[in-house]
Amino acid sequence: MISSKTTFQGYRRENGRVGVRNHVIILPVDDLSNAAAEAVANNVKGALAIPHPYGRLQFGADLDLHFRTLIGAGSNPNVAAVVVICIEEEWAKRVVDGIAKTGKPVTGFGIELHGDHDTIMRASRVAKEYVQWASELQRVECPIRDLWVSCKCGESDTTSGCGSNPTVGNAFDKLEPLGATLCFGETTEITGGENIVADRCATPQVREKWMQVFNRYQEVINRHKTSDLMDSQPTKGNIAGGLTTIEEKALGNIQKIGRKCKVIGILDKAETPTGPGLWFMDSSSAAAEMVTLVAAAGYAVHFFPTGQGNVIGNPILPVIKLTANPRTARTMSEHIDLDVSGLLQRQKNLDQCGDELLEVMLHTCNGRLTCAEALGHREFVLTRLYESA
Amino acid sequence: MIHFVVHDKKDTVGVIVIEGVKAGQELTGWLMEDDSTIKLKAVNDIPIGHKLATRPIRKGDTVIKYGFDIGRAVADIKVGEHAHVHNLKTKRW
Repeated sequence: MISSKTTFQGYRRENGRVGVRNHVIILPVDDLSNAAAEAVANNVKGALAIPHPYGRLQFGADLDLHFRTLIGAGSNPNVAAVVVICIEEEWAKRVVDGIAKTGKPVTGFGIELHGDHDTIMRASRVAKEYVQWASELQRVECPIRDLWVSCKCGESDTTSGCGSNPTVGNAFDKLEPLGATLCFGETTEITGGENIVADRCATPQVREKWMQVFNRYQEVINRHKTSDLMDSQPTKGNIAGGLTTIEEKALGNIQKIGRKCKVIGILDKAETPTGPGLWFMDSSSAAAEMVTLVAAAGYAVHFFPTGQGNVIGNPILPVIKLTANPRTARTMSEHIDLDVSGLLQRQKNLDQCGDELLEVMLHTCNGRLTCAEALGHREFVLTRLYESA
Repeated sequence: MIHFVVHDKKDTVGVIVIEGVKAGQELTGWLMEDDSTIKLKAVNDIPIGHKLATRPIRKGDTVIKYGFDIGRAVADIKVGEHAHVHNLKTKRW
């Protein structure tokens, strides 16, 4: 049972935020810089490259989101220090300047006029210094109010709505009064439950903004759809697991926000929340996109309930997986951090499962690797808003 | 042994929570809202995680789960019959 006296051992960063991991990341700004970033991480043990496929000829809101996501990932308190590599020095500087506001060590390198070899050599020297410096940082005792916890479910089935999602909701209902900063999202996956979320909004202003982001996304679907989305939302995996309609999926999905938490604000993609409480992030429901966006917003640990067995991880945000499906717990046990299938046999109640999840969370925060971390799942997937120029 | 769970008293479908349910099998369900027990017989083999009707549903009826609308029946569904994409469709999109 957690209380206001519960603490965990975290890394307190220069800006006061608390992380539960101590990564030194090598962050490419664009696709062209992946090779150099991976070479640096290969040269320097303990450095982690975060390759991704974008960053060229984006513009407008899509480019803003690209920079916000990269700067946010570097600024995340699970990251101790950052080496930024970009084909163009000026854009490397833009990311460096954004991350430097946190006060953490960060250096950028441009490949043009140097080539990969010279860039890799110079960046490796800095990365080595960062890794050795970070290896001496100590964990300190931190209260639960310093913890930022996000959630998103994936490969859901009907057991998600009965068991694993309500378990997350129970944990959120216990974390919220302790001052933790929480987040859920998946805008289209609330379709059918939008009025339930509206009724949970803390103020009329939040409610209005919620309905605005919900309706905007519905228009995106209506503009681009060629069917009733029966192959995409619900997914083939959802349907194989017994979920039939988007409304059913949505009603199961929103079990994750518990029974008491109020939605105190609406975040744009990768936007950092400004205070404690439960936030909604306007986001895709695709697992790796959404988890990358909450990592960029600064969340330090993530709850991921699954039904059929999604295997996702993230390079900087530990992803804790739970399932209430006994077949998934048996056939994919190496991916499952917590099995709550006993809930559906009345062997355990929701309160017990919520407490078990919080125990797993505290172990994770204190340094125990999640299944996804141990298996090397590092999905870092940037959200794109439209075509490049 | 719980074979299926029902969230809300208003619901017209429940969820199979064990593997290997066969046609004709007597099933025990748990109604989570008031912690009561429901008995019925499976019409089909139903995989774990899939739904069955807990009340007679007529073509065109709104199907209720979690106490809310999850779509429209596009065929009659008997008590104990598998309810899925072949007889239940979204009202959205």
